[in-house]
Amino acid sequence: IENLHDVFPGNETKLGMSRGVPEPKLTAVDAMIDKLTGAIFVFQLVVVIVLGIAGNVWKETEAIKINSILISGFVMAHRPKQWYVRYPPEGQWYELLIIPLRFELLCSIMIPISIKVSLDLVKSLYAKFIDWDIEMYDPESGTSSHAANTAISEDLGQVEYILTDKTGTLTENRMIFRRCCISGIFYGNESGDALKDVDLQNAVFTGSPDVIRFLSIMAICNTVVPTKSKSGTISYKAQSQDEDALVNAAAHLHVTLASKSGNIIVINYNGSNIQYELLDTLEFTSDRKRMSVVVRDCQNGKVILMSKGADEAILPYSFPGQHTKIFCEAVEQYAQLGLRTLCLAWRELMEDEYREWSLMFKEANSTLWRLAEVCQRLEHNLEILGVTAIEDHLQDGVPETIEMLRKAGMYFWMLTGDKQSTAIQIALSCNFISPEPKGQLLLIDGKTEDEVFRSLERVLLTMRITTAEHKEVAFVIDGWALEIALKHHRKAFTELAILSRTALCCRVTPSQKAQVLQSSLAMLHGLRYGCWVQLVELLKSCDYRTLAIGDGGNDVRMIQQADIGVGISGREGLQAARAADYSIGSNINQYFIAEFRFLTRLILVHGRYSYNRTAFLSQYSFYKSLLICFIQILFSFISGVSGTSLFNSVSLMAYNVFYTSIPVMVSVLDKDLSEKTVMQHPQILFYCQAGRLLNPSTFAGWFGRSLYHAIVVFVISMHAYANEKSEMEEVAMVALSGCIWLQAFVVALETNSFTILQHLAIWGNLAAFYIINWILSALPASGMYTIMFRLCRQPTYWLTMLLITVAGMGPVLALKYFRYTYTPSKINILQQAERLGGPILSLGNIEPQSRSFEKEVSPLSITLPKNRNPVYEPLLSDSPNSTRRSLGTVTPFDFFQSSSRLSSNYSRDYKTN
Amino acid sequence: MAGSSSAVAGSTAPGRNPNRPKYSKFSQQELPACQPILTPKLVITAFTIIGIIFIPIGIASLSASQDVVEISNRYETECIPEGYRSTKDDKIQFIQNPQSNKNCTRTLTVPKHMKQPIYVYYQLDNFYQNHRRYVKSKSDKQLRSPGSESDTSDCKPENNANGMPIVPCGLIAWSLFNDTYSFTRNNYVSLTVNKTGISWKSDREHKFGKGVYPKNFQSGGLIGGGSLVSSIPLSEQEDLMVWMRTAAMPTFRKLYGKIEFDLQANDVIEVSLKNNYNVYSFNGKKRIVLSTANWIGGKNDFLGVAYITVGGICFFLALCFTALYLKKPSRLQDPSYLTWNTNPGPL
Repeated sequence: IENLHDVFPGNETKLGMSRGVPEPKLTAVDAMIDKLTGAIFVFQLVVVIVLGIAGNVWKETEAIKINSILISGFVMAHRPKQWYVRYPPEGQWYELLIIPLRFELLCSIMIPISIKVSLDLVKSLYAKFIDWDIEMYDPESGTSSHAANTAISEDLGQVEYILTDKTGTLTENRMIFRRCCISGIFYGNESGDALKDVDLQNAVFTGSPDVIRFLSIMAICNTVVPTKSKSGTISYKAQSQDEDALVNAAAHLHVTLASKSGNIIVINYNGSNIQYELLDTLEFTSDRKRMSVVVRDCQNGKVILMSKGADEAILPYSFPGQHTKIFCEAVEQYAQLGLRTLCLAWRELMEDEYREWSLMFKEANSTLWRLAEVCQRLEHNLEILGVTAIEDHLQDGVPETIEMLRKAGMYFWMLTGDKQSTAIQIALSCNFISPEPKGQLLLIDGKTEDEVFRSLERVLLTMRITTAEHKEVAFVIDGWALEIALKHHRKAFTELAILSRTALCCRVTPSQKAQVLQSSLAMLHGLRYGCWVQLVELLKSCDYRTLAIGDGGNDVRMIQQADIGVGISGREGLQAARAADYSIGSNINQYFIAEFRFLTRLILVHGRYSYNRTAFLSQYSFYKSLLICFIQILFSFISGVSGTSLFNSVSLMAYNVFYTSIPVMVSVLDKDLSEKTVMQHPQILFYCQAGRLLNPSTFAGWFGRSLYHAIVVFVISMHAYANEKSEMEEVAMVALSGCIWLQAFVVALETNSFTILQHLAIWGNLAAFYIINWILSALPASGMYTIMFRLCRQPTYWLTMLLITVAGMGPVLALKYFRYTYTPSKINILQQAERLGGPILSLGNIEPQSRSFEKEVSPLSITLPKNRNPVYEPLLSDSPNSTRRSLGTVTPFDFFQSSSRLSSNYSRDYKTN
Repeated sequence: MAGSSSAVAGSTAPGRNPNRPKYSKFSQQELPACQPILTPKLVITAFTIIGIIFIPIGIASLSASQDVVEISNRYETECIPEGYRSTKDDKIQFIQNPQSNKNCTRTLTVPKHMKQPIYVYYQLDNFYQNHRRYVKSKSDKQLRSPGSESDTSDCKPENNANGMPIVPCGLIAWSLFNDTYSFTRNNYVSLTVNKTGISWKSDREHKFGKGVYPKNFQSGGLIGGGSLVSSIPLSEQEDLMVWMRTAAMPTFRKLYGKIEFDLQANDVIEVSLKNNYNVYSFNGKKRIVLSTANWIGGKNDFLGVAYITVGGICFFLALCFTALYLKKPSRLQDPSYLTWNTNPGPL
């Protein structure tokens, strides 16, 4: 179907307006951080309230309230009183609030403000890494990748659903005319290239009228603009690659579109010019799925209607009596080959008929009202001339990319405007679905709602049964059925979407059947959502992270709607249009890659690293803030719960800004696994997808670590600096240096790969801490005057530091080692293999399927059906956030839970589904 | 454009294409990196080495701490006459009565030879020098320069007396410790206590001004602790300086003076003290401590014990890990046999 993907509407068109205003995106990681921040805030409030009350109680029972003027001599009351802590006898009404507020001030550092700044910084670096990546540079088109939004790289690592457009995304969008069927004769079937078919060349040479008419329509019925260069060669500017292909093919067959000036179209056939006067253009719309032109043959004055369009938009309108069967077969045959088909037809118009219609058309054209209906009045009783078949090459590496991403657990949806059989063919050729018997393809269609529903139910049933077998089940749904399913059978369709790893949606139009959609929820928003957008919404409502990839134009709205949008920017000739489209979307969530195959790298390398790094950085930020805060809280227990700050304000400020923020920043260079290993084991992405590295349970670990470290630092410094050494500034500095030492080692322990920059940042920071404090200690005006010099001269200070470090890190190291060795995660296993030179290099040769099969028979692994159950997430089964998949709407999922009870053991089979 | 630069041309002549990202090891995230992993060998060795280092350090610290000779004597109850000891109110009455005789004598026996200098400390228990209201109640400016006499806003309620600013103002100075000690050895030789140089040099030179003299001190309605000789500038009031270095813990020692004379074992030291300071209100304790010092400072077993414990635990862990390793050698797992459908353990 022509033009569908290749129309680049302006901003004021309906399509342009339907893009709407994109909302700002919040990544899943950000959402999680916000949640954790909320939890910490509640914790902070509890601490403040409890300590505030305790502080007031201490004040009432221990401190003394006296008025120094009134009382002298026997002032001390009978209860024990810290007489040197004197409060005025009568406080203001807010007196009770002072101590809680002091604690609030002390605890305010619990929530690291710096986290936002650090995250913004590292996120922009992630984006830069994408821009800089030389492996995602396409030398052919000279385009590098680009991250338009710097804030959402982590989400790339957590993508679960990929919705991909076909034309221009999976394919090159470089159309080549391959075959045609003219009046029942097939050309190009033997050689695969109609232009080289001798029969066709002969037919052109002998001037077979059908063939010439066919070629004329190819040359005329379009919106192509020919331009003649000085040397006399004609080049074409076409909005649509299909039209370009047709015009070029016609020219190749000696029917050349020579010029278009005003209304006069000149066709050059065998050296002679034939002129046509262009009367009307019945433009292409995605609803009509065809375009027509009305021309007057200047030689004989006949008015001719020429149409081209999708088979279902042309074939039903043939004149009664014409046998269209051969054309149906041709269309079917071409579609099987994965070719894009267009039907060409024409009709001679009576002068009267045309004049009458022309008036109507002008009126309709000026009012833009019932235009389609008016066009329809002319486009009937057509004489079908033939079918063209255009090939759209798959881009390099598309099958490999899809296979790898599917291994990484992605759920793929392909959306295309092609015919069903074309779509299936393309899907097969790019590994989307497997051929029989391994794969199974289910069909959802139907003309009426009931039929669609029955079909949907049937597919769902089959799907539930077949998930038990190791079969790749995919389903195909056409646009009409999709619409009905989305509107009336959301529940069933959602389940289907979750069960099926792959789906094809064909003949999806950007805003299909406006009347259906307008009655739906979309109307409320005043937006005309396309089905794709609805699909994205549906997946998002189930809490799945979606990535939409397309080349622009009519998929912009979908791209904006998805969590992540990826634009293919590699193909030349489309860039200008695309840039315009994307710039309107203010680049809320977009990445641009030159070719589809770079998607693997974008997700597996950049997305994964970004997620891992952010997960560490954010949790570490909480850790260090909590550490210092816990020390303050512990100190308040030995300072009369009065809210005394152990550390002076300079140290506190510098702690967050300098001492602790720099080492962690270099974690943006950290790599847990090499890129190669990740590419060999794309399954490792599950850790990111399931949010295994940043969730409440990992956070609890960091929380516990900071509490433990705070206790270590506090207890050791208070005991080592007891008695005559217990000067406050000194003790504070001992505790602070203890924290700095610990945090340096924590970062070191959590770093997987040390580059020179890491060493510089971690150990350099430690040195910088001492230098800064020596400088501060050299200033007589500062409260820390001489403190650091005094401490550094004492052997006990260094012994204390060593003790704090070892006591703090020892258990952490032991625990980490124990887990690493005895309950290793997949990441750890791969790390070991990678770094100890394990059998990793031989991996490429091993067929993954056979491997997984071996495993399935072993008793260790789970052999039961691997359903994707939305509530149960196997990767998280033993962590508290297994309810991450809790869904917005509750009702649809009761259904799932009951169905999942059918079998005792559900898990996702990553290999074979 | 597509035709103009082939793939080969693009990669060999990067300069030709302005869009081509510049190659650097940093931008490609390819900086050479060392990637240590926690192998049993590494971890066991690390713990063993820590054990080997820690236990000797622990023993050294502990013996250093044991070498310190320390005499500590608690006197707050004993220095109250028998008649006043029964209730707390009696004690408070006694201590607050300016007329009562506060003199008291304590006898200490030197257990071991004590090399000079011998430090004399007083120790207070349950005294919250770190309380926020207390610790903030001073004026650094006022202490430093004579011009800032009236800079007493932080010192309430001890800021003004009789309408004039108090120098030094604030609760810390006001509650200055004022028990005094003098020593005689073996009943006849009086031991001089050197009270100069007990404060920090930096305090004498920078924190407490040479031209700042005590004014209006302890002249309000309520007497807190000790008073100061108003003719001596603050930079020479070393007891005050020591006191104003607030302690971080409710139990602390502060330097009273130094005895620059060796004491022999079994020497009997008689301490004549004036029990002026009120710790009875808050059930506090007072001690006098005589102690020598070495590289570790005063007597403090904590570091030694902690080092030995941590070293021991590390040894133990190393042993456990070795045993585990020998019993169940963690075979290097072949990643090609990873099953992705089992539940990986927590991170």
